[in-house]
Formats: sequence, C-alpha cells, structure tokens
Amino acid sequence: MAAPLTRTARGTAPVGRPGQGRAVLVFLGPFFLLFTAVLILPVAYALWMSFFTERSSGLGFGGTERVFSGLGNYTKALGDQGFTSSFLHVAAYCAVYIPVMIGAALALALLVDSAAAKAKRLVQFAVFMPHAVPGLIAAIIWTYLYTPGLSPVLDWIEAAGGHWDFFAPGSVLPSLVNVAAWQWIGYNMIIFFAALQAVPREVIEAGVMDGAGQLRIALQIKLPMIRSAVFLTLLFTCVGVVQIFGEPMLLSKRAGSMGSDWSPMMFIHKAAFERHDYGLASSATLIVALVAGTLSYVVTRIGKRGDSA
Amino acid sequence: MSTQTAPSAPPEDAPAGAPAPAAGAPTARQAERKPAGKRRRSGAMASKAVVNAVLLVAVLYTLMPLTWLLIAATKSHADLFGTAGFAFGEFRFFDNLRAVFGYGDGIFGRWLLNSLLYSVVGSLASSLISLAAGYCFDKYEFRGKGALFGLVLTGTLVPTIVITLPQYLLASEVGIVNTYWSVLIPALVNPFGVYLARVFSEGYVPGEVLEAARIDGASELRVFRSISLPMLLPGFMTLFLFSFTASWNNFFGPLVMLNDQHLYPAVLGIYSWNQMVLQYPEFYSLVITGSLVAVVPLALAFVGLQRFWRSGLSAGAVK
Repeated sequence: MAAPLTRTARGTAPVGRPGQGRAVLVFLGPFFLLFTAVLILPVAYALWMSFFTERSSGLGFGGTERVFSGLGNYTKALGDQGFTSSFLHVAAYCAVYIPVMIGAALALALLVDSAAAKAKRLVQFAVFMPHAVPGLIAAIIWTYLYTPGLSPVLDWIEAAGGHWDFFAPGSVLPSLVNVAAWQWIGYNMIIFFAALQAVPREVIEAGVMDGAGQLRIALQIKLPMIRSAVFLTLLFTCVGVVQIFGEPMLLSKRAGSMGSDWSPMMFIHKAAFERHDYGLASSATLIVALVAGTLSYVVTRIGKRGDSA
Repeated sequence: MSTQTAPSAPPEDAPAGAPAPAAGAPTARQAERKPAGKRRRSGAMASKAVVNAVLLVAVLYTLMPLTWLLIAATKSHADLFGTAGFAFGEFRFFDNLRAVFGYGDGIFGRWLLNSLLYSVVGSLASSLISLAAGYCFDKYEFRGKGALFGLVLTGTLVPTIVITLPQYLLASEVGIVNTYWSVLIPALVNPFGVYLARVFSEGYVPGEVLEAARIDGASELRVFRSISLPMLLPGFMTLFLFSFTASWNNFFGPLVMLNDQHLYPAVLGIYSWNQMVLQYPEFYSLVITGSLVAVVPLALAFVGLQRFWRSGLSAGAVK
C-alpha cells in the first residue's frame, strides 16, 4: 500500500504528487487492518483448528489434549449423516424457495411496471415492509401464525372446512419457505423494478408499434434486459440460503421432525456448542464457506457470460 | 393479462348492431365482436383489473402478519388465545408495554440500547471505512491496486454468518468473547460496501473537482473531507442504512459471541424470551409486544430514508 506510485496513462489521478502514497495508506489502512483481523486471521485459525482434534487423556481427569489429525475432521464431517443430510435439506428448500421467491418478485415487478398498475409507490412500499422486520422476528411472527389456538390463518382454514398442520413433517418445508419468501419477495421486487425502470422506453414503444401485447413485451423485451439483475439476486439468494440458521432453528423447536441439525449452520452450531468439537465445527465451517463461495463465484461467472452474449 | 395476447389476431368483421354480449361473458369473446380500437380498450380494462387484483393480494399477504402483530400486542394473554386473530379484545397495549419494559429490572430497555449501540456506532464506523477505501480505489493509482481490489472481491464471496464461528474461535483466543467488541468489530468490515463505495465514487465525484482543489493546494485528506465526502453523502447514507439493518437484524453473531444477557441486542433478547413460551405461555405477550417495539425503529429508518436504500439497491443491482 505504501508502494511508490506508478504512472498511468489514464490521467484520472495525477501521479507522483507528494502525499498521495500516504493518503492511500490512510484511506485503505483501516479497512485492510480490520479485513485481516475479521476475515483472514479467523479463516486461517479455523483452518489450523480443523487439523486438530481434542482427545481426553487417561481417565478423563487430566483434561484434554490437542492432537494433530490431518484431514480426520473433514472425513468425519463428510461422513456425518447429520452434516450431509443438512445439505440435502437445504437443496430441497432451494428447489422450492428460489423459483417461488424469484418468480413472485419478477411477476410483481413486471406488474407494477406495467401501465395498468395503480398506486405503484404504495404497493412497492407495502410489499417491501416485511424486509424492515428482522429475520428472526419474522420467523417468530410466522411461527405464532402457524400455532393452533393463536393463528388466525388456521381459523380461516378450519372455517373453510380444511385442516392443516404447519409443523407436520410433510408441510414444514413450505412453512419455512413462506417465512423467507415473505421477507424477500418485496426486497427483490424493488431491485427488479429499479432495473425495469432503466429499460429504454423507446425499445418498449417499438415493441408496441410492432403489435406486441403487454405480456409479450414483459416476457420478451423487459425480462431479457434485466437478466443481470436477476442473476445478481440469484447469487445473493444462494449465498443466503446456504447460511440459513435462525428460521429453521425456531421452527425446529415446534416441528420435531426437523431435528436440531437441519441446516449446515445448525449442524455447525451444535458441533461447536453442544458437542464442543471445535475441530469438527471448524472443518464443517470451511466446507460450508467453500460451497457458498464457489456457488457465488459460479453464479457471477454465468451472469457475466449472459451479459456479454 | 391473458386477454392482452389476443390483439395480434386478425379482427373479425362484426356485423353492425351485433347483440351486446351477456354480462359476465369472457372478455376475449366480447373483444372479438368489437372494432379494433374498442376491443383493445376493453381488453386493457380486464387486464387492469387482473393486474391490480394480483397486486392487492400481494399487499394483503405482506401486511397480514404485521397487522396481526399490531393487534395481538393490544390483547391480554387470555384474549390472545380466546379471540379471533384480527378481532380486538380488551385494549391492554399499555399494560403489555409496561410488562415488556418492566420485566427483569427493565432489561428490555437495555437490549434496545445495546441494539442501538451495535447498529449506530458500528454502522457509522463501517460506512466511513468502506467509503474511504472505495474512494481510494476509484481515485488513486497505486501499485498492487488490482490485487488488493481482487482481495476485496474475494472477501465478498466469504459468507458472513459462516465466518462467525471462526471469528468466535479467534475472539475467545484473544479473550474478547462476551464483550461489546466481539459483536462490534466483525460488523466493521464490509467488502461489498467497498465495492459499492467505489461505484458511488465513480458516479458522484468528478475528477476535475479534485484536480481544482489540489491546484489550490489542498492536501489529499482535506480534499476527501471537505469536497469528496459531502458529494458522497447519498452513498454514505446508503451504506449506513444497509449496515444498520444488518446489525439490527444480526442474530447468529451475538448468539455465538455473548453469554451475558446484559450485552444482548433486542433480537437476541426476544429470542431468549421466545425460548420460554412453550413452558410459560405468559411469555407470548412479552415476545409479541417486544417484537413490535423492536420492529419500529427499523421501519422508521426505512420510511425516512427511502430514497437512499432505493439508490443503493439499484447501484448494487443494475450495474
């Protein structure tokens, strides 16, 4: 950072001026200092921890000692049924959540963008409101709305002659998806709507002149033009879903079938704070981080390729 | 909307004075019998109705749980279970509020203050740090810039919740677990904020203005503080709002880092109350009213600062 300044042809920043090197240090210093402390060092420490395992010595009186175990924790994590099935849970959750959430957000954005919509600002505001609710509070509210005796929703279903158990093994996945969809549809709708606003009006008018209906304009003109916004949303959603913790944690208290290690983060939390197996927790953390990182990298790549095509 | 796809079909020659279609007949049929102009208009009317009906359903869906929360917070424990969800019982909102703030020597007030501390102080610092770094990446040329920015971009790939356990392990090694610092420090680093700040700096701060200030003899830091920072204010507000929201909502971090209830932020405090409801149902009222109180500051921040999160969303997404 304190390196001498290099001359560039672009000329946006005049170079070689005294004080610029120092300025760069002052501007970037705090960020990279904290970046190292909060990101690099913890990851390095977790990596180191993941190679060791605690073994209680003798009869358990002498406390524990830390023993190098190589990749032992990784094979232990990958061989742990709780860990592998937590990924399957999240995959099943993604298969329902992502199409529902992105589909609904896109549909709403296109509807609000269409000339027919009324009270556009009000609709946007109302749909966005759930995002102002902390995720955990949202999960609490919905858990209560799923609870017999407390829930008006269940009253409605019963009044209509139906029956539903939101915590039953077969219905807990949609219950969980609903919490997240409620939180994120509006947020992503605003992103898509902002992207739609940037679509040049002449292009849409040309479509109208050619006799395309509103639906065709939406699907064949508007949608392709906001592709990059959709990919970016997909990226953030994927990275978010891999880390899902609070919502399933809350629901699992009511839905016994979920177990206490339903999601990878729940597995990690349990490994660290119930089993006190930091080696296992560290290796599982790094595996999850790798999955999330790879996922977001891949989606970014695909998104970029889509742009240039 | 489906009626909108019809107009490309060739118009039928409707005989003049054709009988008016029966009320409630499908609009597409109705459209067939009318001349092109009218046909398009009635199709548009129908689709307008469909569009707005769908939007209304969406609004009802999003507002229903919040309305329920609002009403539930006014009820006594008996009415909570004894009356319909959207019916008012005896109005006990202020009693509930008193119960929330009175419980455990007023610990809820302390949780709210903690939340404010984590959110306001953390976000101010984190926004300023990100802004300075992003501005630097945009306006200066220096050796290793590409590599460092690449490091920042790699940092955006590191998932925030997943990194919390390693942070906990390190924090317990350093001995700051169960202190304010253990929640505050991790919130200061926001690689995506640096990326956004660079975008803002490109958009808001023209290089010529900086040039002019430099010719007048201003130092680099002075240029940043007196010229660039005011221009970057909308960007700063956006970053602040984003990180404020993230901190206010943060649950896993404090859950892992904190043991002492006195250091809890509101969300974690409410979670700890919610842990009790199955055993002690009287906690339902506390959780419901407490949740309402914890939602209000954030909702106000969003209402007041609408245009900033809007600009932030579009800067992040439409790029």
